[in-house]
Amino acid sequence: MDKYLLYPGCSMESSAKAYYDSLIKIAPVIGLELEEIEDWNCCGATEYLGISLAPAYSLISRNLALAANQSNGSRTVVAPCSACYLNLAKADYYMREQPKLGTMVNEALAAGGLSYKPGSLDIRHLLDVIVYDIGLDTIKSKVTRPLTGLRVAPYLGCMVPRPDYEHRWSDHEHPVELDLLLKALGAEVIDFPLKTHCCGGHMTQIGPDTAFELIRRLISSADHYEADLMATLCPMCQLNVDAYQGEMNHHFGTSYHMPIIFFTQLMGIAFGMRARDLGFGMELVSAKKAMKKVGVEVPETAETAAAKPRKGNGLPMPTPLPRKTPKVAEKGKVKK
Amino acid sequence: MSSHSCRARLECFRMREDYMEIAPTVIPPPAPIPKLIEDLTLLDEVSRRTAGVSRLEMCIQCGTCGGSCPPAADMDHTPRMLFAMLRAGMRRDALMSNTFWICVSCYHCVVRCPQNVHIADVMYTLKGMAIEANLYQSSTAPDFSQTFVDMVENYGRGFEFGLATRHYLKHFPLRLPGMVPMAFGMLTKERMSITPTRIKNMAQLTAILKRAKELEVGHHG
Amino acid sequence: MTSGNGHKPNVEERIGVYVCHCGSNIAGVVDVQQVAEWAALRLKHRGVVIGRDYKFMCSSLGQELIEKDIKELGLTRVVVAACSPHLHEKTFRTACERAGLNPFLCELVSIREQVSWVHTDKVAATSKAKAVVSGGIERVLHHEPLEPMRVPIHPATLVVGGGIAGIQAALEIANAGYHVYLVEREPSIGGHMAQFDKTFPTLDCAACILTPRMVEAGTHPHITLLTHSNVEKVEGFVGNFNVTIRKKARKVNVDLCTGCGICQEKCPKKVVDEVYEAGLGYRKAIYTPFAQAVPKYPVMDVANCTYFEKGTCKACEKFCPTNAIDFKQEDEVITVDVGNIILATGYDIFDARKVTNYGYGRLANVFTSLELERLTNAAGPTNGQIVLRDGKTIPKAVGVVHCVGSRDRNFNNYCSVICCMQSLKFAHLVHERTGAIVYNFYIDMRTPFKDYDEFYQRVMEEGTLFVRGKVAEVTDAARLPGEEGKLIIQVEDTLAGKQRRIPVDMVILSVGLEPRKDSKEVAKQFGISCSTNGWFTERHPKLDPVATMTEGIYIAGCAQGPKDIPATVVQGAAASARVLGKIQQKEIELEPVRASINEAQCSGCRICNNLCPFNAILFHEDSKVSEINPALCQGCGTCVAACPAGAISGTGFSNEQIFAQIEGLLLLNVGEEVPA
Repeated sequence: MDKYLLYPGCSMESSAKAYYDSLIKIAPVIGLELEEIEDWNCCGATEYLGISLAPAYSLISRNLALAANQSNGSRTVVAPCSACYLNLAKADYYMREQPKLGTMVNEALAAGGLSYKPGSLDIRHLLDVIVYDIGLDTIKSKVTRPLTGLRVAPYLGCMVPRPDYEHRWSDHEHPVELDLLLKALGAEVIDFPLKTHCCGGHMTQIGPDTAFELIRRLISSADHYEADLMATLCPMCQLNVDAYQGEMNHHFGTSYHMPIIFFTQLMGIAFGMRARDLGFGMELVSAKKAMKKVGVEVPETAETAAAKPRKGNGLPMPTPLPRKTPKVAEKGKVKK
Repeated sequence: MSSHSCRARLECFRMREDYMEIAPTVIPPPAPIPKLIEDLTLLDEVSRRTAGVSRLEMCIQCGTCGGSCPPAADMDHTPRMLFAMLRAGMRRDALMSNTFWICVSCYHCVVRCPQNVHIADVMYTLKGMAIEANLYQSSTAPDFSQTFVDMVENYGRGFEFGLATRHYLKHFPLRLPGMVPMAFGMLTKERMSITPTRIKNMAQLTAILKRAKELEVGHHG
Repeated sequence: MTSGNGHKPNVEERIGVYVCHCGSNIAGVVDVQQVAEWAALRLKHRGVVIGRDYKFMCSSLGQELIEKDIKELGLTRVVVAACSPHLHEKTFRTACERAGLNPFLCELVSIREQVSWVHTDKVAATSKAKAVVSGGIERVLHHEPLEPMRVPIHPATLVVGGGIAGIQAALEIANAGYHVYLVEREPSIGGHMAQFDKTFPTLDCAACILTPRMVEAGTHPHITLLTHSNVEKVEGFVGNFNVTIRKKARKVNVDLCTGCGICQEKCPKKVVDEVYEAGLGYRKAIYTPFAQAVPKYPVMDVANCTYFEKGTCKACEKFCPTNAIDFKQEDEVITVDVGNIILATGYDIFDARKVTNYGYGRLANVFTSLELERLTNAAGPTNGQIVLRDGKTIPKAVGVVHCVGSRDRNFNNYCSVICCMQSLKFAHLVHERTGAIVYNFYIDMRTPFKDYDEFYQRVMEEGTLFVRGKVAEVTDAARLPGEEGKLIIQVEDTLAGKQRRIPVDMVILSVGLEPRKDSKEVAKQFGISCSTNGWFTERHPKLDPVATMTEGIYIAGCAQGPKDIPATVVQGAAASARVLGKIQQKEIELEPVRASINEAQCSGCRICNNLCPFNAILFHEDSKVSEINPALCQGCGTCVAACPAGAISGTGFSNEQIFAQIEGLLLLNVGEEVPA
């Protein structure tokens, strides 16, 4: 069993409760052992960084220091929330890139009796750990109820695939990790062109007009590709696209109904668990209709992604670039 | 309802003096008399105050950032223009711009920039500088950030209900009725709590942040 | 301790010490007069008879000072304390030679790069300068009069690479009457230029200006054309290279083949031509890459041939009217002797699939510049029609993107030189052939040479729309009305100051130039160096761009760095001129500073063999000792340091000389203070 230090983040306890509930349910099934960091504090999201430098990074680094001390044999911190993940990774990276920052932060931490050596922890996102450490083969082996016929638009948001200091993802713009995971669950994955485009972040609270436009772009594109629902890994994205969908519709006079749920919830369904236990029903834009499709025999539908010209019909297309993709992962080894 | 929980609920509504302002807009300080010499220290200052090595001086003004930015249409200046203004020492114009307040931190610009400039982090720096200099067109974003920070400094965790009520009451009171269904949904589905959670070792966090603030002042000199 | 050659240091030598001011470069930090006086006084017992200081030792007056002293004072050794030997060692050696002193009895020590340019403390710098001079004096006492080696130059030349640079070089040398072996790994010569349609700024048809040269090279009596061939091994040294070349089997007997082309016609196996057609067109398993190929003989692609895969077909053999197909043909390995080598191996293009936000490989109608060249080429897969990937639709709006993979720290940090002009050329051609609206997206417009900026103005006059901004994204996700079904280019128009979304039908990526994928291996094979990028390294970036640090090996064309066709031709011609100059001299003088192995001390451990960067050390199996080839040895000293038995010493850097110099640096030789 792989043990990891879990940094849940504030939203996992409230707005993204479904994420937390489903994660706790599927973790033992796939052999993911998580230990919560003792007395962790808020990472500051994107707000604290806008006020100050040293306090913001010290706030983040208290968690790193606590995690490093708590080390239960593991030096990997797993963060399911994108902003938390980015903040932790960024703090560690910048303290290495700019030693002056590291010194300043450690001096502040010392006032609380803590210290942190930059580089002593590996900070990884939940999806990264599931796909590369647990491995897609393991996931596939636990699927008892494949999501056949369910058209899913994978939505990663922006803060996970970018800026990716430690090169963990296959691409900044069109990464394949979530696609492959959903495929392993048996779902029909659409080639969603906006899969790493921004949901607007905190603009829903600060500048709603800007945010609604960004949300509209995502939903209208997923709708264009006839997705049944969007699968995401970020609490903020889920909140924006789900909770603010009504207001967005009202703002533009549209009537979209695009459910958006967490990928861990879909994993739970595919593993044969009860929807209720996985946080279904917490979403404001109901996923009931979409989920009714699961388990129902549907005929094979053709790919409606942009058709590539076949040989003999027009000019040949270049072959895809060989890129880092998840393969059979050996337990405990990190695939870079 | 016990008196204990009543007190807990009242606590979250306690407001400090400076947040009792009703008017959402801020009157900026009077413009300085134009100087002959440009403020060429501005670029250096921004660079120094940014986390990591900003590489701001390497910008070739190619426009990739402005081209990638999802909310660029809503900005006064594209990110690229803002950097040009920083180089030109246009302190007041740059800090009064709404560009960095609209930045959504999507990092498209950062990964595409051909000179690896830490664009998103420069935006954070400018936010802090604008608040410090009290130069912004609309106080909505600065207030939101400050409210959030206030919550974290009191509880060590975020508190969405408190954040939302304070923020919307102050800045978007007219939106509140339209948001009732959403708020109701969030509350009934247990996605939002009316009471905050506090971390155990709040004293430790407070000490850390206090020292950090002292160091910050020294750093900026 | 005696030196390897039995020379004993004789303090009856008469040493002249000359300290240069170099204007204020040295004199500004070091008290040069003091140093000269000190040397004359305190090292008198070591043989110093005169110590002078002068403003510019390298000037003719400065040199005359040395010459005069040699003649009048009977100097037997000279020490000059000035700049780095890289710059003026030759100057002072030549001055000594003119005065009748063996040039290798002159030692130049650096008190500029190693003292005045790196220290600010004047007192400390002056002391250090004295120590450096003292070291030089001790060393020079162990110097011997050396004679340079002379090796003959073989008149034949090897040119590697049959693109325009190689062809130019080969023709120049061949026309001068000397033999050239022109090796090209593709089935035909011509290189990248043969793939183009028109060339800037004249809009000359590339094939029309290239093919006459190709034919000339193919039929020239002094050129041996070796296409579909690779260089396997290079041995030897300047003037005397022995090169092993593998002529890959074409499976066609060239003595019988008439180039009629029936085999290609009848061949049933079609494959995507990744090389000549840039992946946009097809060829057969037996093919000539293009109609004007030189030589005209086809080549069989064994990996894709039905006969080699399954044992059936043989259609080409059946239909060949002269029975020229030979499935059993083997590779032929030959060795040639040449005196000089010119490497003109060209470039590869940047792989645009890496820039995922431009969608090449994912979005059908995004093309690279090389693909567009094939589209516009009249002999290309669409017969010169500029159409979309479906092979028939003519675009109505086209975007040309500059700087793809260039000037970008995420990919290649350098500017690829030709892309701006190439993009303008595309704008012109697209507009001319299709009438489409053309946008060019650039960061800077780089049009520096003759008629280049005029070409830019012409393209502007034709109505091309220029947007200054590096393209952020090419996407098919429509957002606004009018974008459905189009490719949208999202860019900041930096001059207008706003983000624009421009719908087009076709996007052309002007990709950058990169070194060949195997350039590092090739450099190693020939014993030259290349940069971290992979471009071959020239001897001096400003003053010697076609020579390398290895004598006898020259570089020309894009293998040295991205450049346009005129510059490539110039470099080809320049390299051939250097080679012709060497051939004319019939023999070459080599620096005698090189290592030699004392056979008696060599234990045969062979550690030195693989360390030599110039492959200059041979091992004699019979006597079990190693020997250094003096012509190949460049005197780098690696083997000297590595030999565990201390059996290797260098003439010009023997152990005695080094140890003496160290003792001099430590001022162990300085005499008592002598009152003036």
